[in-house]
This record gives sequence, structure tokens and C-alpha cells, in this order.
Amino acid sequence: MSGVPPVLNRRRLLGFGGFLLVIAAAPLVVSHGYALSLFCQIGVMTVFALSYNMLLGQTGLLSFGHAVYFGMGALGTIHALNAVSAGARWFPVTLLPLAGGAAGLLLGLVLGAVTVRRAGTTFAMISLGIGEMVAASSLMFPAVFGGEGGVSGNRVTGQGWFGVTYGPQLQVYYLIAGWAFVATVAMYALTQTPLGRVANAVRDNPERAQFLGYNPQRVRFLMVALGGFFAGIAGGLSALNYEIVTAEALSAHTSGAVLLMAYVGGAGTFYGPILGAAIITVMQVVVAGITKAWPFYFGLFFLVIVLYAPGGVAGVLQLHLRARRAGMLRRLAPAYLAGAGPVALLVGGTVTLVELAYAVVNRVEEGTARLRLPGLVLDSRTAPPWIGAAAAVLVGALLLRVVWKRISGRWAEIHAALAAEGRS
Amino acid sequence: MSAPALKLSAVRKSFGRTPIIRGVDLEVPAGERHAIIGPNGAGKSTLFNLVSARFPVSSGRIELKGEEVTGRTPHEINRRGLCRSFQITNIFPHLSVFDNVRCAVLWPMGYRYSFWHRLSALRDARERAEEILERIGLAARRDTLAGVLSYAEQRALEIGVTVAGGADVILLDEPTAGMSRSESDEAVALVRRMTEGKTLVMVEHDMGVVFGLADRISVLVYGQIIATGTPAEIRANPAVQEAYLGKSVADA
Repeated sequence: MSGVPPVLNRRRLLGFGGFLLVIAAAPLVVSHGYALSLFCQIGVMTVFALSYNMLLGQTGLLSFGHAVYFGMGALGTIHALNAVSAGARWFPVTLLPLAGGAAGLLLGLVLGAVTVRRAGTTFAMISLGIGEMVAASSLMFPAVFGGEGGVSGNRVTGQGWFGVTYGPQLQVYYLIAGWAFVATVAMYALTQTPLGRVANAVRDNPERAQFLGYNPQRVRFLMVALGGFFAGIAGGLSALNYEIVTAEALSAHTSGAVLLMAYVGGAGTFYGPILGAAIITVMQVVVAGITKAWPFYFGLFFLVIVLYAPGGVAGVLQLHLRARRAGMLRRLAPAYLAGAGPVALLVGGTVTLVELAYAVVNRVEEGTARLRLPGLVLDSRTAPPWIGAAAAVLVGALLLRVVWKRISGRWAEIHAALAAEGRS
Repeated sequence: MSAPALKLSAVRKSFGRTPIIRGVDLEVPAGERHAIIGPNGAGKSTLFNLVSARFPVSSGRIELKGEEVTGRTPHEINRRGLCRSFQITNIFPHLSVFDNVRCAVLWPMGYRYSFWHRLSALRDARERAEEILERIGLAARRDTLAGVLSYAEQRALEIGVTVAGGADVILLDEPTAGMSRSESDEAVALVRRMTEGKTLVMVEHDMGVVFGLADRISVLVYGQIIATGTPAEIRANPAVQEAYLGKSVADA
């Protein structure tokens, strides 16, 4: 009881070991170029989303302008890269994301000082304003921001060491994966320090924290600065990945995307934003490649999460893990199986309706009103596909209502059992 | 003779044009258990909020252990050895019971905003927090989220968090508010145990608690202290009886 617990316990070994295994093996399992660039993007966004959650989940700061640190990190890195390329400085490309981290940290120190006076709506509004300011200045100072075209660079700066030139995408992937792993471990470690815990205390109740000797503004300031550092590293990785940085990197659009990632993944857990980064990136890339209606599905998905799983994907996972530990997961299986059919009807019907609508719109442009599905062609000019899809949505929704009662009944039992256990 | 633990001189506070505290002078010597009583709306909680710097005073002077602290921030006053509890439970609901207490001991132990120490390796902080949990009777609830504790347990945690940092001047705002008789008896025993050797200033409505626990009592009526004395003196004071006790013992 009085000894110091080891740094690597079973849970951490499994968690981080599994994470390392997945990112190391991913390009070996799926080596297609398309998948590889997708993995690279997920790696970058993992670091970015985790850095965002240092504010949202851990310190209780809702920021609408986190992209400024990402963008500044990207710019810092691309300018450093160009200095290296020009021979002005010597610096290994492998460590260039540190330049991004430094830029993010510096900006965090400056902006942190003015934004952290209050949490809540005030902080959110200030972060929005600053985000807009920085984004606007990107067009005013083309020497730094590159104007409309952005700043581009070339990550291959020389012969490289042992054949590592960062020319091939696979090498860049392992650069990103290595940095993502190190940054993830570092951000996790931060949650296990006095500052990390006091940040949680300030999130929960800033006033009480103050009556215990902590200055909440100082705590928020430190977390914003450190969050800026890691967001800057993410930006740096993105600069090396794409070899170009445009105003998009520090735009409100990027700030919104990272908020969605942290929220959808689950801001209440450490690993949630990693899931969010993967899910959202895959949706952005893969679904966008399949259908033009992807922003619609994207919004629908976000809505479903906010309404039915406010703890995000990780929150849902966490709930099921608790049930499993109590040996009660099996009780849910029949209800879930019964729910699979209605959900399939509902989702299938909704997707068909949306795609039919898009087919109507596109008829003008592309001369076709047909929706091609594997083994099935639906003509949006005729009524039957519409009626069928609408019927599927209706029947699915009605059946799901019935099944939902069973599912929530099971959960009520499980919660009651868990609560009883917690008491004894 | 050492300086009093707490000294208020001509402290006033107005909200807008409404005066709430109308010139309070109070001296609490070190080691005393001092209770502040008074009818609803007398300004007891406001007085606490002034002393702990939750609100700034309108005028007057507050000294803590001989040092003027008027106009300082709550965290600065806490670092000088004063800690307070709240009438409405004010804990960290999403932290474990253990972490609630540990947060209270990290600052005075010098770990402050450190991000280079590993929390679980800080044996001194953990042992101190566990000792507090033992003393407030919540050791069995160590890993429970504070937000799901029962009301009486949360009140105990509130007191534990307040004293854990080792402050020697403790302000307790109605530690037995909303408790049943038996819960309240336990809370009084807890307060007595946890504030041993410290200076205690408490606001309390329950007269049984006040007369059992306090060395001296001050009676606050309409923002002014009309009497200060031992429980026997206060009981016998005609002004107090008229203003407060005689009139409304029932709803006190």
C-alpha cells in the first residue's frame, strides 16, 4: 500500500502496447497508397485532437479557435524546412515538428495570457474572436502565411541517413506514427501529474480550487500553452505530410473539425479523441469519395452522437466495459440482436432517400437520375423507390422504438446491479 | 502575546446601495473555536465571503495572523493559512473522493502546478490524503466519484478537503446544514476532531451545535455584531435575547 506503483501497469502496457502495435502494423496490413495517406492524416489528427482535449475534456475550456496553434505550428515547420532546404540552417527533418511545437507553445503563451481569465462562454467567445483574427491576418501578411497559395516546401533535403529521405510516403507515415506515439504518451503522462489533476479540479469547480491555493487562471494558462505546444507538433507533422501549408490550416473550419473529433470520440476519456480523429478522418475521406452527400451524413452522425451518446464513442465503450466487468454484457445481446434489423432498415431507408434526392438534383448536371447500387438500379423519376425507402424508414423507426424499450430496460437492470455492488 | 489569528476592523460591505455588513470589529485569538450566529439575512455568510476574499470589502481592514490581507485574492489568502468550507457542498464532482483530498494537499506540499512529478509516486501526498480519508470516515469510498456520494458523506468530504491542506485558520459555513439529528451529532464530533489545535470560525444555525462546540460566540444582527462572549454570557445577554434568541429560538 505504501510502495510507489510502477509506471507500467497492466492496463497501460495493454493500452499503449496495443496502440503501438496498431500504428506500426497498419501500413503492413493495408499497404495501398490511398490507405497510407489516410493513415498519415489520422496520425496527424490524433495528436491534434488529443491536444484539443487537454483544454475541452481536462480543463473544461471550450475553444473555437484551436486551429491557430495547429496552423502556426505548420507554418513554423514549413519555414524551418525551407531554411534547411536552402542550406541556411542544418537541422534533421525528423525533429522539425519540434519547430512547430515551439511555434505553438509561443503562441499559446501569448494568447493564453489574454484568454484564460474566465472559462465557459467568455473563453469560447474570445477563442472564436482570436481564431478569426489570426485567420484574417493570414491574408494580410503573405510573407509569413503565403497568401492565397500558401507556403510550400520540399521535405527531401539531402541524401538522408540509412536511406531515410522522407521521399516515400511510407517513411513519412512512420515519422508521423513515431511522433504520434511519443506525443500521445507525453500527453497521457501529463494527466498523471499534479498539474493534470489540478486542471481537472479547475474544470469541475474553479472557485473551490482557488480556495485551496490554486490560481485557476494560472492553471488554464499552463494548459493552453502546453495544448498549443502539442497542437503545433500536429501542425508540423501535417506540414511535412502535405509539403504545403495554406490558410485552411488555421481556419475556423479546422477549429470546428477538431472540436467534432474530440466530442464524437468522447472528451471524458483520454483515448476518446484518438477514436474521434480516426472516425472523422475516415468519414471525411472515405465517405466523401463515395457520395457527394457526405456533409449531410456527417451532420446526421454528429446529431445522433450529441443526442444519444453525449459521452461520445468512448463513453459508449466505457459503459459496455463496465457491464462486461460485471459479467452482464450477455444480458444485452438478445436486445441488441433484435435492434440490428430495425437499425439496418432505418439507416438503409435514410441513405436511399438522401441519395435519391441527390440523384434528382444531379439529373440536371449529369443527365442521369438513376441511383446505382450493387445489383440494383433505382430510378428517381418513378415513385416506387421513394415509397419503398420511406416505408423502410417508417417501419425501422417504429420497430426500433419497441426494441429500444427492451434495451433501456436491460440497461436499467445493469445500472441497478452496478450501483448495488458499489455500495457494499 | 501573539497576534490574533483573525482580526476584523470596521469592515463594511454594500451591494449597490444596500449595506449588508455595517462595521464589524472582531478578534479571534489563535486556537479559539468561535461561532457566529444571527437571524437569517444578518450577513453571516457575507462576512465569511469577505474574510475568505470571495467578495472584496467596501471598507475596513482584515488581518490574518497579524498580516493585513485586505484586497488579496482567495488563493493568496489560502496560501497564508486560511481555508474555508461552503454552506452548499462545493467539491470536485468528477474526481474521486481520494483525488478531492489529494488536490487539497498538493499545493501546501509544494507540488503546485508541477508537470514533472508523477502523481502516483508522491508518497507523502498520498499518505496525507489517505490519513485524512481515514479520519473523516471515507476510506472505504476512496475511489468513488465525489459527485455520487450521499449528502452526509459529501458534507464530511467538504470538511476533509477544507482541513486537508493544513491551514491553521478554518472557516466552516454551516457544517451541519440540512442534516438529521444523528447526522449532525456525527458532524459535530468530526468538526471537533478535525480542528483540534486550530483556530475555528463557524457560522451555524443549530443552537445545540453552537453552544456545545464554541468557546466564544458573536451575534450578528443586521450587519453588526451586537455581542461577543462565552456561551453562558451570550445566553444571559438581554440584548441578544431580545434581538434573536427570545424572539425566534424556534426557527433559529
